[in-house]
Amino acid sequence: MNEVELLNWARGPGLVGASFIMVFGIILRLFEIFSLGKAKEYAEVRSSGAMGGIKTIIQRSIPEPRYWRYIGAAYLFHVGLFVVIFFFMPHILMFESVLGFSWPALPNFIIDIFSVLTIGGMIYTLMSRFTNPSRRIMTVFSDYLVWAVTFLPVITGYMTFHRFVGDYTCMLAIHILSVELLMIVLPFSKLSHSFSFAISRWYTGSAFGKRGTL
Amino acid sequence: MTKKTHRLSDELQKHGISRRSFLKFCTAMASAMALPPMAANVMAETLEKVQRQSVIWLSFQECTGCTESLTRSHKPSIESLIFDFISLDYHHTLQAASGDAAELAREQAMHAHKGKYILIVDGSIPTKDDGVYSTIAGMTNLDMLKEVAKDAAAIVSIGTCAAYGGLPKAAPNPTGAQSVSEIIKDKPIINIPGCPPIPVVMTGVLAHVLTLGIPELDSHGRPVAFYGDSIHDRCYRRPFYDQGLFAKSFDDDGARKGWCLYEVGCKGPVTHNACATLKWNNGTSFPIQSGHGCIGCSEPDFWDAGGFYKALSTSNAEPGHWAGVALGAGAVVGAAAALANRHSHKQAESDKTEITLDDMKESDA
Ligand code: SF4
Repeated sequence: MNEVELLNWARGPGLVGASFIMVFGIILRLFEIFSLGKAKEYAEVRSSGAMGGIKTIIQRSIPEPRYWRYIGAAYLFHVGLFVVIFFFMPHILMFESVLGFSWPALPNFIIDIFSVLTIGGMIYTLMSRFTNPSRRIMTVFSDYLVWAVTFLPVITGYMTFHRFVGDYTCMLAIHILSVELLMIVLPFSKLSHSFSFAISRWYTGSAFGKRGTL
Repeated sequence: MTKKTHRLSDELQKHGISRRSFLKFCTAMASAMALPPMAANVMAETLEKVQRQSVIWLSFQECTGCTESLTRSHKPSIESLIFDFISLDYHHTLQAASGDAAELAREQAMHAHKGKYILIVDGSIPTKDDGVYSTIAGMTNLDMLKEVAKDAAAIVSIGTCAAYGGLPKAAPNPTGAQSVSEIIKDKPIINIPGCPPIPVVMTGVLAHVLTLGIPELDSHGRPVAFYGDSIHDRCYRRPFYDQGLFAKSFDDDGARKGWCLYEVGCKGPVTHNACATLKWNNGTSFPIQSGHGCIGCSEPDFWDAGGFYKALSTSNAEPGHWAGVALGAGAVVGAAAALANRHSHKQAESDKTEITLDDMKESDA
């Protein structure tokens, strides 16, 4: 298989398969989560859970100043990922071809800046998992795995855009394949927080709210 | 065939071409191929001295576009003299002989220049059903290629069909079309892909083969000198790409302003060829300059790389459709799993039995 065939495969059957698995997986996980139901309240409900839910979703999105460096880096790469994924023109064309609508793109140099920030933020958070003792203890293998699976599309995308190594066709194929790997892993790993974070925060928050602990 | 003693210098004089303009041609060829300045002199000297090179040109499953490109797009020039200079011993479209006489010419050339002639091929080779889908004088292309390739010094595959299978090989490839390099494994093969290739690339590579031997090739067997850069690398619309300014259709404001054609399907970023620098029709223009995106014709399997007007970053299949199916399937399986969960949950609830303090004491005992 040469790089042209590889690219054709990645843009065709590869992408179809990965999209299928990702959407299937997300829906499955959502059903799984919602079918768990709510735990029975044994105590008297003190207030509505809704306020607590909303409050927790917001509160836990606000950076904790004590760990500003770590949280800052984490924030940076989340925002960076968002901008790079959703505002780079070739990516928008991809979404448009699937969703049927589009939105304005950002100029390439802004995308470039955000890519660098994302890469920097991701490397910093990884390093901190090695160097900070408590973070190191908490880190399990799958944390490194999801880090790598997220980092690969970013770094290969950056390298493709700047034509750093070898053949553009080959790099583009590798970039798309790495995205497909991410899509497949996403619903079945910690990366599922991308669609479940609000649900779980709501759940915790509303439970707190009902018990009046918030 | 009979002018074996002719040198290029004689030919040039006959055509009233001065040595100065001949040198200019060699310099142009050398610079087009990014050779060091000295190479132009070496080329000129060798070309002047070299004997007429016997060339056998085989046309298989092709449209004759490559030959048309080579012969028609230039007014008589020094490039075309290269072809006066080589001894084109067999070429369907260009030779005067036909029928048995033509085949005889091929056999004679093969015999007389055994191990020395250059074989040029355009068109792909059907291999399905023993290659019956294309025959010449009752002989399949497959057999003819093998026979002529056996004693060739080198093979030049001209055009994407000969180099990579091209249009005949496009899915579903009814004739089992293959490229030359898929069939012949023991000869040096130079690929000059393009649909068709740029004339000056063909003459340039031939001049190189005649004087300096086989040029440096990339992983797809293409001369690096002409196929080393991508169209996108050399495209004059590149600044618009970098600024994010794109034509959204072929007649919008962006198209009129000459913005980048990525969104309307340009394959320049993944296409290696010299169109953006050498251009076509004596350096007049090239597709992107005339407002159409690059279709990627010098890359293997470009016919099957999705629509010409689909942006490179979009899928060449229907992921949206399949995501929809996945949505439905996920909902069905998810609902079933949820029901099963509920059931086992309820089962666990109903299986619960009250335990009294006495029970615990008993089990402790
Ligand atoms: S027109 Fe094509 S080759 Fe030129 S910059 Fe745009 S994408 Fe690249």
